[in-house]
Amino acid sequence: MSNEIALGAGAGLSTELASEHHEHHEHHQSFITKYIFSTDHKMISKQFLITGIIWAFLGGLMSVLFRLQLGYPDSHFYWLQDVLGKFWVEDGRITPQAYYALVTIHGTVMVFFVLTAGLSGTFANFLIPLQIGARDMASPFMNMLSYWFFLAAGLVMLSSLFVETGPFSGGWVAYAPLSALRDASPGSKSGMDLWLISIILFVVSSLLGGLNYIATILNMRTKGMSMTRLPLTIWALFFTAVIGVLSFPVLFSGFILLIFDRNFGTSFYLSDIFINGVGALPNEGGTAILYQHLFWFLGHPEVYIVLLPAMGMASEIMSVNARKPIFGYMAMIGSLFAICILSFLVWAHHMFVSGLNPFVGSVFVLLTLLIAVPSAIKVFNWLTTLWRGNIRFTPGMLFTIGFVSLFISGGLTGIWLGDSALDIHLHDTYFVIAHFHLVMGVASMFGMFAGIYHWFPKMYGRYMNNTLAYIHFWITLAGAYLIFWPMHYEGLAGMPRRYYDYSSWESFKQFAELNRFISTVVIITFATQLLFIFNFFYSIFKGRKVTTKNPWGANTLEWTTPINPGHGNWEGEIPEVHRWAYDYNKDGREFIPQTEPVGADESQH
Amino acid sequence: MMAVTETSNRSKKIHPHKFLMWMGIGSICMMFAGLTSAYIVKRNQANWEDVQLSPVFLYSTFVIIISSITMYLALRAFKARQMLQYKNLITITVILGLVFAYLQYIGFKGMANHGVLLIGPGSNAAASFLVVIIGLHVLHVLGGVVALLITFFRAFRTKVKSYSPVPIEIVSTYWHFVDILWIYLYIFLYVAR
Ligand code: HEM
Ligand SMILES: [Cu+2]
Repeated sequence: MSNEIALGAGAGLSTELASEHHEHHEHHQSFITKYIFSTDHKMISKQFLITGIIWAFLGGLMSVLFRLQLGYPDSHFYWLQDVLGKFWVEDGRITPQAYYALVTIHGTVMVFFVLTAGLSGTFANFLIPLQIGARDMASPFMNMLSYWFFLAAGLVMLSSLFVETGPFSGGWVAYAPLSALRDASPGSKSGMDLWLISIILFVVSSLLGGLNYIATILNMRTKGMSMTRLPLTIWALFFTAVIGVLSFPVLFSGFILLIFDRNFGTSFYLSDIFINGVGALPNEGGTAILYQHLFWFLGHPEVYIVLLPAMGMASEIMSVNARKPIFGYMAMIGSLFAICILSFLVWAHHMFVSGLNPFVGSVFVLLTLLIAVPSAIKVFNWLTTLWRGNIRFTPGMLFTIGFVSLFISGGLTGIWLGDSALDIHLHDTYFVIAHFHLVMGVASMFGMFAGIYHWFPKMYGRYMNNTLAYIHFWITLAGAYLIFWPMHYEGLAGMPRRYYDYSSWESFKQFAELNRFISTVVIITFATQLLFIFNFFYSIFKGRKVTTKNPWGANTLEWTTPINPGHGNWEGEIPEVHRWAYDYNKDGREFIPQTEPVGADESQH
Repeated sequence: MMAVTETSNRSKKIHPHKFLMWMGIGSICMMFAGLTSAYIVKRNQANWEDVQLSPVFLYSTFVIIISSITMYLALRAFKARQMLQYKNLITITVILGLVFAYLQYIGFKGMANHGVLLIGPGSNAAASFLVVIIGLHVLHVLGGVVALLITFFRAFRTKVKSYSPVPIEIVSTYWHFVDILWIYLYIFLYVAR
């Protein structure tokens, strides 16, 4: 069987695993091999999760700081100056340089470290082997490397906050020439070097992880687990990995050219530039648009890398807690596939106003609007799954429903932006900020919270506190809408994104109070996240203990493992699978686990 | 236990590590597809110079093709347990790989001597692209050399005897891949000048 192939593949660990599973002896691991250089996918997933939470805290804190500037442009926060120092805060105000650095690093950290590594890293690692019935990943060693590259990427990024000229400050998309010329801005100096090194390490980490996820899903499923019996989480994580493996290398190429422009005087992206205080540069014939193409060829698929895991988990958690089969299982897979293909064909919708040929633009309008079709199919299926369900409002379920709500709200504005004529007005305004924070940022965060609340019992053998979770949910949901909804109006009025201070513009003075309101909600919502972080860490040690193997009454395989599974996941044989994952309320039974053979008088799906 | 599982391996699905290699190859392809597309985009814009490829790159093409043949023979020798022949053939493959890398370097040196500004102020993207694309490819070949050496020494470990051809099969797949990749790149750079 394919699982045994991997175990026999020669790696020392795997043979050790195999013997562990035959003899059931207590396995003595030192602290270092168990918690630090672990090759157990479950431990690696927790490492990803906790590192992701730390980054989410830092990234969130950055947004609070720059929202202070936007909401209270005339106030002086002298105490902040004492905490952060002169580079960041001068005369009690966030400095322009610091403001741009904060926005940039906030975006980078949230998109890559939190919603890519923190989300796929955690749940792909945790759920793939457990839900397909495998003892570990195809290559546990590569898996460990993937985490260590991620950690290193994070540490390099962190160190860039402390260099004298500050971290990179040219936006998370790192457009040339700001990213290509050292003299373009203070953040373009060593801050940008570190940013580049960090993201390259991150790309390596994603590739190592992604390759492993695909190989594991395709090769190591347990007996009976055909592709069409896989839970939708696995399908989503599979497409996520495929998208990553195909798009990250292209970003890598773009960065290599960038490195040459930065360090070796080439002119891939640069032409006819004059810098104040430096003079005219010799670079001729480059084009900054080339960078945009290479960046967005990853950049757009990346937004789906962020979203698909959340979609998959939402489908699974929703079905479990509505006590109903997911509506349109095959349509769910089909739409994931369609999204996967289309995500590679729409990147130029980020470049409608870059001077793109309008004819090419119109092709991209068509392809972009096509994505609305699979998206709508998914939304329809979620709503019909909820319809007449026997819903249990667990925290995981609430966050799942919140996810669907946010996805709809943010997805609808995508249709506006996808129209190249409307985009001339809306591009680079707060409308875009509102769109992508709702549809990608907060929606995926909700997917992540749902996943954490739902699988926490499996991860740590304890429950998180429900009361805190409900408070967390309602304030975060209200906060998300109160923060981002008003931004649509600002954007429609033409308020550009990435400006330091709007109070000096006659047209935008009307928004001073609205901006203050948004910033206030940001602070409250951020404080609520601390509640979640407290709940998470407190529950790891002190949470109520899980006493049954299958607390949610779910069908999938992870709930057939011991409450605290060891390395290898199952004691004894890996269970065989006889049915799909969604037999809820079928033939008068509330749920039928995948391991149960199909009865003689039972209708097959 | 190992022997048993390895026979079942041959009869059934593809080995997961081999599968990993194939997907890795897919993503390397995407990287070069990104670069060559960027090349095409750039070529169709103003300020593109016509840069002559050094003839040395043709010699290096022959070298890498021969190395693919020796690699193939080495794998065959390993499977027939002709270890001495295996040893010799792998050594030749490694040397050819290094010669290839050296020839690429000589090629660039020749171009620079003929007055082509490859990188640095005033260089044209047409020439710089060659450095990036060919340079990245050489790095992949050198990576293959390292992998070859590792599997080579592992096959002669005395502590753990391994008769599994899987590691060397994986390296040989990779080796043929970088060979084909180079042929593609050479033709591309020659034609799309
Ligand atoms: C109905 C489907 C969608 C359509 C038609 C759509 C369309 C667009 C368009 C045209 C833009 C560019 C706006 C501009 O810069 O002027 C945009 C920006 C963006 N979209 Fe969407 N979108 C859709 C769904 C999504 C989803 C599902 C995600 C994420 C999961 C997402 C994430 C983003 C992000 C991150 C940006 C902004 C990037 C930046 O400029 O910093 N979008 N969207
Ligand atoms: Cu996009």
